[in-house]
Amino acid sequence: MQQPNKLTPFFENLNFERDDNTMVINFGPQHPSAHGQLRLVLELDGEQVVKAYPDIGYLHRGIEKMAENMTYNEFLPTTDRLDYIASTSNNYAYALAVEKLLGIEAPRRAQVIRTMLLELNRIISHLFFIATHALDVGAMSVFLYAFREREYAMDLMEDYCGARLTHSAVRIGGVPLDLPAGWTEKLASFCSKVEYELEHTYNALLQENRIWKMRLENVGVISAEDALSWGCTGPMLRGSGVNWDIRKEEPYELYGELDFDIPVSDRCDSYGRYRLYMEEMTQSIRILRQLIPMYSKTEPQLMAHAPQYISAPKEEIMTQNYALMQHFVLVTQGMRPPKGEVYVPTESPKGELGFYIKSEGEPYAYRLKCRAPSFFHTGLLQEILVGTYIADVVTIIGTTNIVFGEVDR
Amino acid sequence: MRKYTPKDNVQKKAYYTDRFWVAPRVPREKVEAGSHFAAVVDALGKLAKESYIEIGQLVVHIDPTQNVEVMRILKESCGYTQCSEQSAVDYLAQDGEFELFYQLLNITEAKRVRVHCRIKEGESIESITPLFKSANFAEREMFDMFGIYVNNHPFLKRIIMPDDWEGHPLLKTYPLQGDEFASWYEVDKIFGKEYRDVIGPENRDPSRIDRYDTKRFSRVGYEVPFGADISEGEKENPIEYSETILVDYTKDSGQQLDERR
Repeated sequence: MQQPNKLTPFFENLNFERDDNTMVINFGPQHPSAHGQLRLVLELDGEQVVKAYPDIGYLHRGIEKMAENMTYNEFLPTTDRLDYIASTSNNYAYALAVEKLLGIEAPRRAQVIRTMLLELNRIISHLFFIATHALDVGAMSVFLYAFREREYAMDLMEDYCGARLTHSAVRIGGVPLDLPAGWTEKLASFCSKVEYELEHTYNALLQENRIWKMRLENVGVISAEDALSWGCTGPMLRGSGVNWDIRKEEPYELYGELDFDIPVSDRCDSYGRYRLYMEEMTQSIRILRQLIPMYSKTEPQLMAHAPQYISAPKEEIMTQNYALMQHFVLVTQGMRPPKGEVYVPTESPKGELGFYIKSEGEPYAYRLKCRAPSFFHTGLLQEILVGTYIADVVTIIGTTNIVFGEVDR
Repeated sequence: MRKYTPKDNVQKKAYYTDRFWVAPRVPREKVEAGSHFAAVVDALGKLAKESYIEIGQLVVHIDPTQNVEVMRILKESCGYTQCSEQSAVDYLAQDGEFELFYQLLNITEAKRVRVHCRIKEGESIESITPLFKSANFAEREMFDMFGIYVNNHPFLKRIIMPDDWEGHPLLKTYPLQGDEFASWYEVDKIFGKEYRDVIGPENRDPSRIDRYDTKRFSRVGYEVPFGADISEGEKENPIEYSETILVDYTKDSGQQLDERR
């Protein structure tokens, strides 16, 4: 019987004395494979999971509440802290939602730069996935190699925006900076480097590795109906044989013009999803290679021209009175989008990242809801973990690729 | 006089609004006959009280008591097999109502529908988890953040906030910095309420900076030993910058570089 006092409160979901032969254990929130702050209460019968209860909220910072108390431009750096592995995808999803609400479109050069950053970020995120997933399963060396290439990608990010993890490299209406000199050449050499490493290092280490296949094949099987019903998106959905990628189906930015394939796996297991991540990196490299020649063909304008919502370029602010006045109002009061609501989905590396914004014509969003893919993938855990073995729990958490910044928000 | 702040909405307000300012509205388009969305509206029939297209997505307003029926029609006859998101918007200050929305996705047609319904304060809504399992977590989050009860939910419990939390953080009446309960939560739980006076409210303010605290703070240029008493003032220490030495370790010579590679 539990003896609750002030320091050890009564744990209502933990029953230490039971009639049956099951054992309840706490997985996390400090477990190294819990991908941050996941607490998983597992009921075990021997080594088999009978019941799984994901307990989240250890990283809750009230980001949706903060959005209601910050102007639209102020909130943008906060979105970095959602999925902190791929910050640009969050910045971009938020900026795109506000742009749709305002009815503006970024200029062509900004679109090229944004698409480049998004795909570079996808490679960063997928390399991180391969590294940590392999480490969780027990393949230490992949972690070292994948993080090496991730460092190069983050160096590229740093050259562009000065930050390695929290980029804020996208603004509402465009991008703040042009690419530095020689950046595209560095990007091209990075692409060839990653392509070489993908084939000669990661694939060579993992793809036909007997232990890797034994640990991943037929683990974490999700049927297509379940994946749809549980709100799975991204590689989790495509790993179940559903051909759905927002970049292809509801194209945004330049994805309508680019030539790339969407890998789909009908294996429905962790190994299929791992193959998808590898293939998506190849496709990202393909997209980046198409974007490099597109960059030089664009005009140098970086921010959209919408004086009511977006400050004019610096030269105009410094030379023209009206531009300065508008800049002053936009900085001190913030932009006021029209009344209305918008839900904009984007394909982040983890899945469908969407922002629902309800505007009442104020400089503060009336309600902002971040539809984070990892939140729904965490919900799925309570079903797919049942019936698996304790050793596979870590593999399944790894394959869902959840990031707790966006689960708890 | 103390500044008046409305109690029913304590969120940040614009400090100045032109008295002639009228916010424009995002255009709402009619559902064109013969389109996919027209078929959806036809399938719903009288269940749809109002329907229009806003920024490329169909918005349908329904009665809150018929939400499961509407979702079933959308899922089974219109192909909306995924519920991407479900949450609420607090309109208690204006209308005494919550606006709930369900964001649905049709994968074969690549179309999205948003279903809206409004419930009064204290009313509850039927769960849609039998149709969409993703609503399991989404409805729990809505309950946690707004206090809206969901009937027949398999496990309606707080999801993000602790189980013994008081208040619902996303209500407009809930302040951004948290209420009194929130600021004393850990103290009440570990030491008991009577320790509030012992600890004092100044120690529960995370943004408080004590000018003379040398245990947790250090002034750049005025560094003193840990815990030193500086109530009499402290001496200025000139800042010493270390020289950055860049060495190219890829070469044997270990030659210094002028800039980062």
